[in-house]
Amino acid sequence: MSRWLPRGYLAIVYGLLYAPIIVLVVFSFNDSRTGYEWGGLSWRWYESLFNNRAMVEAMWNSLWLALSAATVSTLIGALTALALHRYRFRGKKVLNGMLFVVMMSPEIVLAISLLALFLLVGLQLGYVSLLLAHVTFCLPFVVITVMARLSGFDERLPEAARDLGANDFTMTRTVLIPVIMPALLAGWLLGFTLSLDDVVVSTFVSGPSYEILPLRIYSMVRVGLKPEVNALGTLLLVFSLVMLMLSQWILTRSKQ
Amino acid sequence: MKQTLLSLSNLTKQFDGKKVLDSLDLDILDGEFITLLGPSGCGKTTLLRMMAGFEHPDDGTITLGGQDLTHTPPEHRPLNTVFQNYALFPHMSVFDNVAYGLKMEKRPKDEINQRVEEALAMVQLEDFARRKPHQLSGGQQQRVAIARAVVKRPKLLLLDEPLSALDYKLRRTMQVELKRLQRELGITFVFVTHDQEEALSMSDRVVVLKDGVIQQLGTPREVYERPANLFTARFVGETNLFPGQVDRANGDDTVTVDVFGLKRTFRKPDFELREGQQLHVLLRPEDIRVLAPDEADGVAGKVVERNYKGSTLDSVIHLDDGTEVLASEFFDEDDPAFDYRLGEPVRVSWVDGWEWLLPEEAATFQEEASVDA
Amino acid sequence: MRSALQQPFKTAVLVLVWGWLLFLVFTPNLLVVGASVMTRDPGSFIALPFSLDAYRQLLNPLYLEVFLHSLYMAAMTTLCCLLIGYPFAWALSKVPKQRQMLLIFLLIVPFWTNSLVRTYALKLILATNGLLNNALLGLGVIEEPVRLLYTEGAVIIGLVYLLLPFMILPLYSVFDDLREDYLRASHDLGAGRWPTFIHVIVPLTLPGVLAGIMLVLLPAMGLFFVPDILGGSRNLLVGNVIKNQFLDARNWPFGAAASILLTLAMAFLMFAHKLSKKRLGEDGV
Repeated sequence: MSRWLPRGYLAIVYGLLYAPIIVLVVFSFNDSRTGYEWGGLSWRWYESLFNNRAMVEAMWNSLWLALSAATVSTLIGALTALALHRYRFRGKKVLNGMLFVVMMSPEIVLAISLLALFLLVGLQLGYVSLLLAHVTFCLPFVVITVMARLSGFDERLPEAARDLGANDFTMTRTVLIPVIMPALLAGWLLGFTLSLDDVVVSTFVSGPSYEILPLRIYSMVRVGLKPEVNALGTLLLVFSLVMLMLSQWILTRSKQ
Repeated sequence: MKQTLLSLSNLTKQFDGKKVLDSLDLDILDGEFITLLGPSGCGKTTLLRMMAGFEHPDDGTITLGGQDLTHTPPEHRPLNTVFQNYALFPHMSVFDNVAYGLKMEKRPKDEINQRVEEALAMVQLEDFARRKPHQLSGGQQQRVAIARAVVKRPKLLLLDEPLSALDYKLRRTMQVELKRLQRELGITFVFVTHDQEEALSMSDRVVVLKDGVIQQLGTPREVYERPANLFTARFVGETNLFPGQVDRANGDDTVTVDVFGLKRTFRKPDFELREGQQLHVLLRPEDIRVLAPDEADGVAGKVVERNYKGSTLDSVIHLDDGTEVLASEFFDEDDPAFDYRLGEPVRVSWVDGWEWLLPEEAATFQEEASVDA
Repeated sequence: MRSALQQPFKTAVLVLVWGWLLFLVFTPNLLVVGASVMTRDPGSFIALPFSLDAYRQLLNPLYLEVFLHSLYMAAMTTLCCLLIGYPFAWALSKVPKQRQMLLIFLLIVPFWTNSLVRTYALKLILATNGLLNNALLGLGVIEEPVRLLYTEGAVIIGLVYLLLPFMILPLYSVFDDLREDYLRASHDLGAGRWPTFIHVIVPLTLPGVLAGIMLVLLPAMGLFFVPDILGGSRNLLVGNVIKNQFLDARNWPFGAAASILLTLAMAFLMFAHKLSKKRLGEDGV
C-alpha cells in the first residue's frame, strides 16, 4: 500500500473537520446581511455584538461561571484525587465507580436529575444552581487528570521533605503542589472549557436571572441565521485556541 | 569504647496481622558504619523507616543520646535519610534540593549558600548547582541525595539501599566514596542492603535480619567466618554445609566428627555436644582443597562445572553420594595449566581448623527457599 | 504518612466529596427513579399514587416510533464515525511520532470549541441557499438547490461532526498500542493481509471500538440541540423527548422514564466494554 493513500485520507478528514470552522471565521467578516453571499470585508458583526448589552452581559456571566466552576471543581477534584491516591478507606471503589459513571452518563440524564433536585429543595435557578451543576460534571475530569499525575509521583518525595525538616503543611506547599501543578492547571483548563461549552445541562438548570452565553447562542441559532453568531464563534474559537495552546505549553514544559 | 548513639529497645510492629519486627533490641554506636542485611521482607526497611520516623512501632522505644524519639515526627529528628531512588525534588535545582533542609531550619541566606557549596564540593558537584535532577546521571543524582542529607549535619545518616539503582562498576565506586565520606564526616551511618558483598566490604558491624528478628550482630568477619546459625551461614556468602556426626569429645578442646565416613578432628564449638549428635560442618568454597584422584585424603567425586573467574577457578564437584560441593581455588603461579575437565574424577578435602560447626536446627527446610533474595 | 495528625484532613476531604456526590449525583438520580413511577401532576410536576404509566407510555406507538428513529439515527452516526474513524486512527498511528502529536492536537481543537457554534457553522454550509448548494449549482452538478437542511441526513452529519473525535481517540490509543511484531508474527505464520486483519487486528482493537461506540452512541441520543438546529421537528432524539417532557409538556414521570432508558443503555454499553477488556486480560475500568 502506498503511503500516500493513508495520508491523503487523513488530509480529507481534517479538511472536512475544519471546513465549517473556516467558513465561520471567513463569514464573520462578511458584510452581507443574508449570510450566504460574499459582500466584502467588514467588522460590523463584531461591532453589533459588542453593542448588544444583553450579549455582553451573557458573555461576562459565562466567563464568571466558567472561572468559578473550574476553580471549585479543581479544588474539590484535586483533594479527592489526593485522598484516593493517599488513603485507604472503605468505599474507595464505590467512589471511583461513581465518578466514572458521572463522566460517562449522558449529560441530559444529569441535567434532569439536577433540575429535579433543585426544584425539590427550592433552590432558585440561577448562578448557584449552574455552579453546582457545572462543578458536578467537571469533577470527574479533574480527578482523572490529577490522578494520572499522582500515579507517576514518587511516594518518597513527601517523606524526603519531612525528613529534611518540613512539616506536613510546608511539605504540601513546597513539594506536593509544585509537582502536581501541571495537572492542576490542565484540569482547571479542561473544567473551564467544559463549563463554557455546556448547553445541555445549562438549558435545564439556568433561570432568567442569569443568562449565559451558550443559551443565548442557542436561542439565536434555533431560528434562521444570525451573522453575529459568526463573529461570536470566531471569538470563542480564538479564545479556546489560546487556552489550549497554553495548557499544551504547560504540559510539555513540565514533562522535560 | 564507643558510646551508644541510638538505642532501639523491644521494637515490635505488625502489618495486617503479620509481625514485621519482633521485640527487637539494637544499640547503634557513635561514629560506626552499621549495615542492616537481610532478604526482602526481613524488616530491615521497616526498621530504618522507624528510625526516620515514617513508621511507628506498636511497642518499644527509640532513644537518641538518652532522648526518647519514639513518637517524634520525622521533621524533628536530628537524623536524615538517603532514599532508595534518591527522591530528589524534580521541580528544584540541585542547589535548591540541597538547600531545602537548611531553609526549613530558617538559616540565614549566607550560611545556606556557604554550606550548600561545601556540601556540593564534598560530592564533587560544584559545577552542577543550577541543573535540574533529570539532567544528571544516576551516580550524580546519588551524590546530590547524599549532599542533601548530610548538609544538615545529622547525628545519624540513614541509607535505604542507596546503591541498588546503580550499575555494578558505579556501585563499587560509590561504595568507596561512601566509606570516605563517613570517615571524613564522622557521622554514624545506618546502611540497608540485601547485597551481602556490599555489607561485608563496607561495614564496621553487620546486623543480619530475618522475619523481624536479629539473627546475628557482629563484624563482617565474625558474620562470615563464624555465623551464628544456618540462616546467616547460607545468606552471607557461598557455603558448603556437610552433615556430620559427633564421634567423641576429646579432652583437649577438640572433637572428632564423622563426615562422609572420614573421622576428622575439629575445634570444640560453643554449644553442648553429645556423642552421636548430628551437626553441620560449614566450609566456605575457598576452604575446600581439590586433590588428585590418587590421593589418599578426602572424599571421591567428579567435577560437574567449572567457572573461570579471573583470579580464582570456581568449580562444582559432585561427591559419590550426590552431595554438591562448591570449591574456589586461587591460581597456582607455578602451575599455569591448572584447570579441570568436566567429569574429571577428583578428591575433596579441607584443612581441619578452618571449619565452623553449627548444631542441627529444627525446621530449616523452609528457610532455604527464602535465602535466594 | 498515616500519622494521626493527617486524619482530620482525610476526614474533611472524604466528607466533602462524598457529600457532594451523594447530594448532587446519588439523590438526584434517586429522585428521577422516583419520579418515573409516580403520576403526572400539572401543579407540582409529580404526584402520588405510584404507577407504571410512564413506562407503559414508552411503548405507545407514537413514542416508540420516535425512539426507534432516534436509535436509528444514533446507530447510523456511530456507524459513520466507526467507518470514518477506524481507518483514520490506523493511518494516524502510522504517521511519524513527532507529527502525530500535532495531528492529535488538531483533532482536539474543535472539541475545545463551542459545539453550538460548530453546529451552527454546518447550517451555513447545508442551507438550501447555503454554500454547498451554491457550489454544486455553480459547478453544474445540480439544476436546482437540494434540500439538505432539516433532514435526517443533516442531523446525522451534525452528530458525526461533533462526535467523530470521541470515536477516533480511543481507536487511536489501541492502534498506538498495537505492536508491529504482532502483525509480523501473523504474516510469518502464513496469514495473508485479510486473515491477519480478521484474526489479529480486529480482536486487538475491539476494546477501542467498544469504547468509541460508548462515547458516540450515548451522546448521539442525547444532544438535543443538534436536531433543534439542523433537523426540524421530525427528526427528534431521545434527548429532545426528555427535554420536551421536562421543560414544555411538563410530563415528568414520562421524561424520567425515558432518561432511565438512556441510563440502562449506558450501563449495558459499559458492561460490554468491560467484558471485552477482561477478555484481553486487562483490568476493567
